[in-house]
Amino acid sequence: MSQPLLSVRNLVVEFPTRRGILRALDHVSFDIAEGEVLGMVGESGAGKSLTGAAIIGLLEPPGRVASGEIWLRGERIDTLPPEKMRRIRGRRIGMVFQDPLTSLNPLYTVAEQLIETIRTHIDVSEKEARKRAVALLDRVGIPAAARRIDDYPHHFSGGMRQRVVIALALAAEPELVIADEPTTALDVSVQAQIIDVLKEICAERGASVMLITHDMGVIAETADRVAVLYAGRLAEIGPVRDVIQRAEHPYTAGLMGSIPTLTQTADRLTQIPGSMPRLNAIPQGCAFNPRCPQVFERCRIARPDLIAREGGRHVACWLYDKEASDV
Amino acid sequence: MIAFILRRLVQSVIVMLAVALVSFALFRFVGDPIASMVGQEVTLAERAEIREALGLNDPFIVQFWNFIARAATGDFGISYRLQQPVMELILSRLPATLELALVSGILAFAFGVGFGVYTALRRGSWVSGTIMTVSLIGVSLPTFLIGVLLIWVFAVELQWLPSFGRGETVYIGNWWRTGLLTESGRASLILPAITLGLYQMTLIMRLVRAEMLEVLRTDYIKFARARGLSNRAVHFGHALKNTLVPVITITGLQMGSIIAFSIITETVFQWPGVGALFIRSVQFVDVPVMAAYLMLIALVFVVINLIVDLLYYAVDPRLRVDRANAKS
Repeated sequence: MSQPLLSVRNLVVEFPTRRGILRALDHVSFDIAEGEVLGMVGESGAGKSLTGAAIIGLLEPPGRVASGEIWLRGERIDTLPPEKMRRIRGRRIGMVFQDPLTSLNPLYTVAEQLIETIRTHIDVSEKEARKRAVALLDRVGIPAAARRIDDYPHHFSGGMRQRVVIALALAAEPELVIADEPTTALDVSVQAQIIDVLKEICAERGASVMLITHDMGVIAETADRVAVLYAGRLAEIGPVRDVIQRAEHPYTAGLMGSIPTLTQTADRLTQIPGSMPRLNAIPQGCAFNPRCPQVFERCRIARPDLIAREGGRHVACWLYDKEASDV
Repeated sequence: MIAFILRRLVQSVIVMLAVALVSFALFRFVGDPIASMVGQEVTLAERAEIREALGLNDPFIVQFWNFIARAATGDFGISYRLQQPVMELILSRLPATLELALVSGILAFAFGVGFGVYTALRRGSWVSGTIMTVSLIGVSLPTFLIGVLLIWVFAVELQWLPSFGRGETVYIGNWWRTGLLTESGRASLILPAITLGLYQMTLIMRLVRAEMLEVLRTDYIKFARARGLSNRAVHFGHALKNTLVPVITITGLQMGSIIAFSIITETVFQWPGVGALFIRSVQFVDVPVMAAYLMLIALVFVVINLIVDLLYYAVDPRLRVDRANAKS
């Protein structure tokens, strides 16, 4: 297998607080291949957005990468000096945020923001940058782009603004786009359009996507692989069909069971009892053990590592540990 | 846009009329002007004659109307104390006050924004800590004390700068006497300008700092960083511009206060401006001067407010276009 575009190895993100250090991401490892769409799912507070922020180097202080490595096409980027990291942001890794209403600076026209971004990374004239900006807006599906480019953000609807945000994130043609809940703040009717636009353009340019969301429907339709986070730890990662249809980790299984489907008629959706532990109260062993229906002794003592399964899947659960089941 | 300006102008006129009423009321309620104009040996008959000549026996409405009609042409009557036209007196002293206010306003704005941005970006550094602590002193010390302290340090002990007056002045045109063109004039301006501007500077600085910190937390700043824009572009292009709307409001209003509160500074530094003139007039119950001064300050505030409103339009496109949309 060729070198992955992005490789995250044992990433640990910590927040030092007065009452001790909170570990928000705990030894998270995954790869994103060239042109691949990786879905990242989990409950609120599981560390999805934090993973994105850590990769692009924009953790909010006092949060910091305590250990682990992040490699972009064979170059280590988590230890780069700020100025070098800045040149990677936007140019090689783009990011789309959740709320298009607040992501754009209200005081500048769309053209000003696009041209500024393009010219920060690519050495082109003002005129050329503007031409590219219009083409971009046109590509993300803004009608009459050449005219609307000089409008201010408040002239656009939420869906249109998110298209502008995507255009901005893609302005310098990054190899990886981190989309942090790109549709959560939008009307259901435009969510699919936005996802389509994002997916199409990235496919067209060969850019990989890390799609952070809690919408399993979006993941099922868009992602090639999916990673499931629980309490800052990776529970399971694998091809999206396999994970959705035959979840191995009991948490993933619970997550899938809680999604309503049209084909099954059930009076009640299954739910996972309890709630995700707070960061300062993660139990010993597997973080999921107090809520797990298949918990056994070992889960309460030792933390399971990711165990390789067939079909390129990995799952962090003692149920799948060969030695253990043999004993 | 034009409709907006017209509406604001009408409002301004109403404000000015209200202030005129207050100013005019001074004539009737602050002592008897005749008593302070003439000596004890003047007879009652003579007093009545003067009263009649000055129109003080006319009905209230007539007097008020005359007052407004004259004020509109810049005629505020004759100073009781100095026996000169009030407008002439004020105009001859206005340049001194305006120069002082302008210089301290510019100082306050420049240093206020500069320090505010610096302390917001370098939060936690010892320089920021020092600036914040010193600014507390600026906020809490009364103006006259700052003035006296500055005089003591820089004029008495160090003898670097003059302690009072305007220094040499030269005329620009036939009536604007400026101290800005002579060396002693500029030297004389430094201490009063600092005294007058220090409070405003700390106010602006704290406001800019708070606004900056607020804006730096917003999504569009995060997104600007995520696009790899330079720190310079993020801080000054995107963040600072968004802090300007509230800062312009406060700075504008402070500019009015600077002119109005120059009274204290002018007294401390013997600055020959309208503030000092006003204080003297109060002592002598020189009502025409007091009334004219009130009107002048009100006019300054009204004009500044109008300018501030127009600046909003220049800075924030949301205001501009919402109105245009509403029309179409």
